[in-house]
Formats: sequence, structure tokens, C-alpha cells
Amino acid sequence: MSENSDRSPLPNPLPQAGEGAAVSPACDALKKTRIATCSLAGCFGCHMSFLDIDERLFGLIELVEFDRSPLTDIKHCGPCDIGLVEGGVCNAENVHVLKEFRKNCKVLVAIGACAINGGVPAMRNNIDLWDCFQEVYCYEGGLECGQIPNDPELPLPFDKVHPIYEVVKVDYFLPGCPPSGDAIWNFLTDLLSGREPKLDYEMLHFD
Amino acid sequence: MSKTITIDGLAVPFQEGQTIMDAALVSGVYIPHLCHNPEFKPHGSCKLCTVNVNGRNVASCTMPAVEGQQVLSDIAELNADRLALTQMLFVEGNHLCPACEKTGNCQLQAVAYYLGMMSPHYNHFYPQREADASHPDVMLDRNRCIYCELCVRASREVDGKNVFGLSGRGIKTLLVVNSASGLLGDTDLAVTDKAAHVCPTGAILIKRHGYAVPIGQRVFDHITIKEVQTGGSDE
Ligand code: SF4
Ligand code: SF4
Ligand code: FES
Repeated sequence: MSENSDRSPLPNPLPQAGEGAAVSPACDALKKTRIATCSLAGCFGCHMSFLDIDERLFGLIELVEFDRSPLTDIKHCGPCDIGLVEGGVCNAENVHVLKEFRKNCKVLVAIGACAINGGVPAMRNNIDLWDCFQEVYCYEGGLECGQIPNDPELPLPFDKVHPIYEVVKVDYFLPGCPPSGDAIWNFLTDLLSGREPKLDYEMLHFD
Repeated sequence: MSKTITIDGLAVPFQEGQTIMDAALVSGVYIPHLCHNPEFKPHGSCKLCTVNVNGRNVASCTMPAVEGQQVLSDIAELNADRLALTQMLFVEGNHLCPACEKTGNCQLQAVAYYLGMMSPHYNHFYPQREADASHPDVMLDRNRCIYCELCVRASREVDGKNVFGLSGRGIKTLLVVNSASGLLGDTDLAVTDKAAHVCPTGAILIKRHGYAVPIGQRVFDHITIKEVQTGGSDE
């Protein structure tokens, strides 16, 4: 899964379902694997695909708990076992979020084409940013009365979109646009049971 | 009496004048390759087909087979080199597969799958390259060109035309079109030409055929490039 790297899946094998049954409920909760997820310059398609694991979510929730994620609406990532990052890096805020994930997650996973090579958002990489903005906001019935939004609250856009591994170290890659629910399920169950994640040929795709 | 070489311990017969790649393909032994197509004279540029012959690394698509050669191909070290070369091809161009009509039928992508490429690994160049939509039936998108020269060879050798060429060297290499304007629409390229159909990637596409084959029925959806190019089964 992580080519050019010889890392073991997780620093310590993670608890299995049923493990820790003899310990107190408080301890049990502590042993759950903590996962954070976010979408940077992505379309949330990978998150939608994550939900496509359907009823297996019930099994998963026995093993994991969620930190920052669109599912919890927690705003900042705290210490976690696994961070799943969808989307590339297209603005300054993306970099802050990504660095917070890297700092807090033992294992960082780039999920989907955009996190891995910039994806569809990177199609703007060869268009001048100013031209892009003009096209979107000024021409062809643009928004905001023909103005380019410039509120200081808005994150500073970069002239190019980059994959996340060009900014932080990434431990695993899960390609696909999006990866299928099955691919995500296989990947997570491998990781949660301490196996080196491996995708079958038919599950590895870039589209 | 047929002569033989040994590839990864397997005796592979060959005829005088054949390359290691020719002999391998005839025997159903897969050596990853991109710029090679058995219908054309070898070009020897992508180096994906590099094998170890009697201790030296050589391009198998250009190396003549010689009696008794001991060839190593499917070994970890060479496959790691092939993966690195493939990753470099990805970052050197603009390969955004979800937005490419060739996806699922692309040899570059299929080789990446075969080699287990999980990411392009290197920093992306995101080079500025031109697309050319001037031809009524054929689209040229240089963002996806890997400079294999198959279109160049096909146009010269099969079509008897001279539509394509490579200009410049190294990272400045460019696929050029042989017309005064430099546009494909001003050449004598016909949609029926071999050159319009030989591209291993999505750099040359036939217009109005995009995404015609649904996901699940494309060339490399279920079978690897190894199986497709050797007609054999994987493992
Ligand atoms: S040419 Fe192949 S590798 Fe490049 S974008 Fe198209 S499908 Fe992907
Ligand atoms: S356009 Fe296609 S066939 Fe021609 S050199 Fe580029 S990749 Fe090869
Ligand atoms: S296939 Fe031999 S160098 Fe490209």
C-alpha cells in the first residue's frame, strides 16, 4: 500500500472487536481506534464512498470512534490513530488543516485522486489564477455583482493545487475517484487488524 | 534447431534477428513496456523493459537475443526501477485520469496498476502543455504524451505520411505536428490512419467516442496488462 516505504501498518496492532471485554467500560472506550477525516480541495465524494460501506458501518463503529470529521463536526483534530485526508491542497487553510492532521495522527492516509495527484481541481494548474477568478466571478453571469470575493476571512488561494504528500509525509495511499466502499472497507479492516493494507487488482484504480 | 535464452529461469526459444522482447512476447513472457509495440521497429526510449542480461541492465526491446543469455526480468529490483520510471512519467505530464477519455484503456495507467503504483511519489511538474483540437476527428492533448514516438513511427512507416515528430531534448521534448501552422487540422492526417489509433495513452483520441465503453467493460478493468499483452493468464 505504501510503496517506497517499509512502515508497518500501525505502531501497535489495534484492538479487535470483542477484545478488552473484560476491562472496565471506561478502558474499553479508551481502546477504540480514533479516526479523523477531512476534505481539503475535494468534492466529499470520498466521504460519500466511505458511507457506501453501508451496514458495515455498524461493525466499524464498534471498533472506532471519530475525532474531527464531517460526521462529528468537531472543528480541530486531536490526537488520533488514523487520519483520512480527502482532497489536495489549494489554499492556505488546507495547509493548516493538513499539518494539524499530520501532527495528531499516527497514520496519515491520502484517500482519493485529489489527495494523491491534485485530481480534477488541479486542472486549473495551467490556467492563470486571475484568469480563473475572472471567468468564475466576473464573466458569464458571475457571482457577487461581478466582484471577485476578497474578504480577509477567506483563505489565500494558491496558484497551483498540490497533492498532500508534497506538503507532509503520507503513510498510505488509497487511490480512486473515489475509491469504492469495498476498497475503503478492505483498507480499513486491514489497518485495524494490524495487516499491511493491500488492494486487489480490480480495486486499484485511478478513476 | 531452435536457439534459446533463459528468462527468469524459463527457457525461451528465439529466432535469429529477434530481440529479447520479441522472443518473450512470442512465448507469452511479459516484460513491462510502453514505447514498444510489436508492430513497429523498436524505439528504446521508455526503459521500462530494462532487464538484466548476464549481469548488465539493457533495454530488452532493442537487445538482440543471443544463444545462452541469462535474462532476469521479474525481480524486485527491476520492478522497483520500473515503478520509479512510471511515477516519473506521471509527474512529468498532466495525468488526471478521472478526466481522461482513455482511462481504463490506457497502457500507462495499466502498467501503473500492474506495478502497484499507489501514488506518483515525486513532486508534480504540472507542465504547461498545449492541446490541439483543430482536427475535425482527432484530438491531440500533449498533457498526456509520454514521447514514445509510436504515432511518429506509425505515420511514417504505415500511413506513408509524416504527421508527427518529436522536437527538443530531455525535459524540453515536445510532440510537434508537421504543418506550417503547427496545427493537426492542417495536416493530411485521416481518422483512419494508423497514427490516430496507436497512442498507448490518452494523448491522441478519436473525437466523439469518449467514455463509449462503460466502467467494468474496459480493457484493463478486470485483467492486467500482462494478460492483455501476452494473451496469457496472470499467475
Ligand atoms: S493518459 Fe492514461 S495515465 Fe494519463 S490521464 Fe489518461 S488514463 Fe490517466
Ligand atoms: S502522442 Fe501518444 S503515440 Fe505519440 S508520442 Fe505521445 S504518447 Fe506516444
Ligand atoms: S519498451 Fe523498451 S525502452 Fe520502452
